[in-house]
Amino acid sequence: MEDQQWDVVIVANEKKVKVDWKGLRNSRDLIFLWVRRNFVSRYKQTVLGPAWALIQPFFTTVVFSLVFGDIAGLGAQGVPNFVFYLSGTVIWTLFSQSLIQNAGTFVSNAGIMGKVYFPRLVMPIATAISQFITFAIQFAFLILAIVFFVIFGEGVHPNWYALFLPLILIQVSVLGTGIGIIVSSLTTKYRDLSMTVGFFVSLWQYASPIAYDMFGRRSLYERRLAYYFYMLNPITPPINMFRYGFIGTGEIDWLYYGISLVTTAVIAMIGVHMFSKVEKTFMDTV
Amino acid sequence: MNDLAIKISHVSKEYRLGMIGGATLREELQSKFARLRGKEDPNLKIGQKAHTKNERFLALDDISLEIRKGERVGIIGHNGAGKSTLLKLICRVTTPTTGEICMNGRITSMLEVGTGFHGELTGRENVYLNGAILGLTKAEIAERFDKIVEFSEVGQFIDTPVKRYSSGMHVKLGFAVASHLDSEIMIMDEVLAVGDMAFQKKCIERMRLAAEDEGRTILYVSHNMQTIRQLCSRCIVMEHGKIVFDGDPDKAIELYLPQIGEEQYMEKWEFAPNQISLHQPDAQFMLEKFQFAEKNGFDIPQGSDMHFFLQVRAKQDSDAMFFRIIYYDKEDSLLGMTDTTTEDFRLKEGENLFEGTCHTAVLAPGIYKLRLELCGYNRDGEEYLDSAVDRIVHFHIVENKEYRNLRWHHSWWGECDFGKMSIRQLRSGKTFSS
Repeated sequence: MEDQQWDVVIVANEKKVKVDWKGLRNSRDLIFLWVRRNFVSRYKQTVLGPAWALIQPFFTTVVFSLVFGDIAGLGAQGVPNFVFYLSGTVIWTLFSQSLIQNAGTFVSNAGIMGKVYFPRLVMPIATAISQFITFAIQFAFLILAIVFFVIFGEGVHPNWYALFLPLILIQVSVLGTGIGIIVSSLTTKYRDLSMTVGFFVSLWQYASPIAYDMFGRRSLYERRLAYYFYMLNPITPPINMFRYGFIGTGEIDWLYYGISLVTTAVIAMIGVHMFSKVEKTFMDTV
Repeated sequence: MNDLAIKISHVSKEYRLGMIGGATLREELQSKFARLRGKEDPNLKIGQKAHTKNERFLALDDISLEIRKGERVGIIGHNGAGKSTLLKLICRVTTPTTGEICMNGRITSMLEVGTGFHGELTGRENVYLNGAILGLTKAEIAERFDKIVEFSEVGQFIDTPVKRYSSGMHVKLGFAVASHLDSEIMIMDEVLAVGDMAFQKKCIERMRLAAEDEGRTILYVSHNMQTIRQLCSRCIVMEHGKIVFDGDPDKAIELYLPQIGEEQYMEKWEFAPNQISLHQPDAQFMLEKFQFAEKNGFDIPQGSDMHFFLQVRAKQDSDAMFFRIIYYDKEDSLLGMTDTTTEDFRLKEGENLFEGTCHTAVLAPGIYKLRLELCGYNRDGEEYLDSAVDRIVHFHIVENKEYRNLRWHHSWWGECDFGKMSIRQLRSGKTFSS
């Protein structure tokens, strides 16, 4: 009688943060259905539907090509501006959307989380996966552009490094999601952060080689000290890898790529830890 | 094998009163700086003392509770008594401040059915999504899908976006999903408030069967005593974060409902002006006192009538007035009426004292409330209401072994005991041929 087995034991004020991995594994269907919900609810009652996923990066690319490429001359040497900026925008969108959409997880889902228990990590995972749907559409567009320039233009040289794509995508998504859930954990107490996220992400974009080609900047590339700092930005090495593989511009710095992977892993772990800690009592503070 | 479904030991839940931290980082820093400099916190409301901001409030105070498998437990209590907090802890929506909760089996909470429904999705998509949120896999939902749709009565609207549903349909569909999960523990918080009576009945029936035949454990919070009585086999009364009663539902409801503490059982009422509702512009007549004729007259043995004194103050003579008593049960349902003739109720200017007897023999044991009305006839002979004292006077019909040696079940037999009928045997012992 004494040693009864309990399915669930809730102990107050547990210091150790436990992640409900088992529950998470059992929630695969929920993750899938939540992704679907996100997708359907985003595009229902819009005339253009998923085409919106293309319109945004298309116009960003056009504006970047004109302003930063043609006027300021910041594009990569010998590479068509359109492909250069499109590739940057597409991979950056995956990162920034993973971050921004996840930053509001707790606050925007408070209604449902306050009523039922399910492994809370389902939400950020589903949100992260949702971003891949958008990404897939945009990526297909990028591939079309690359094929077009390979056949009709010049300066675009896809190579075997493109096979790193899965690794790059996972890293970019995990990095964005990790930072996103750290922010969302903090937002339960400090709403200020939700104001700063969008602003912070758009500043971050300028610290990353999206709107300009870092290898064409002597200030960045040749003065090594600036380069060291610049490359510590964990999103930069995967972007460089992505561009190198699909367009054949820039170069890969394996040391910094390794550092970036480690940084990503650390951020993800901190994120999961903070998230699991906040999820237990956030209903009392939201 | 132990057959406990839930075991709660010494659980408390503490909330900090007022704001939790600052609403924004800036405010929190502001408050901190102010406190450091020994100044008044700029973010406190005017008149609020500094320490109240950190005052603590125990929503649950050292609760211990064991619930067996297959029990249907009702939880009642006033707002803020801690019912919902308790359920939230059991649902794992938030964690206790101290103590431990152990549970066996899957838990379905219906704290608010239909949460997680997304307006843009169709009923079908929402059933799947909601089922998944409540912990089922897709295959398990597919298995139950037809039964869910049938139960929900949504019918052909299942492929319509939920935003076009009426709120009733919304709840029905939500309840249908939640009640078909086959989870071992089901938690419901006031879920049946919406939805029509027929559906409410269907839901309660469904939950009762789930508990009786399938051995599910049910926790049910409601302010609707009728449903508690119909559904629950055990009932807990909570007050200020503590369990004050645990046991038979009828007794629990009796304890909770009237909130007529001992001191409020009175032999004699003198009505204050604010207790009297006037229905005529110039108050000519005033109910002043009502008193049970016997000592402890508020305890009336079942089968007896009630004797009372009534004092009425009149500003003028009248012989067009009469007195009426309307009976309510403890849940404020109307039961019936009795009145006087105008001849028996002649009023003279000044104080008028009456002695009366009204029938209470037919009432079953329990608490009853009375509405006292002074009525009259106007010049055209139409009845009008002059003034009333609404449900302040109440009394208790106590079980009377001599009258009926029986424990009365309100949920089975209602509020009236019509006593023994007369019946006569006509023939017996032979097979009749017509």
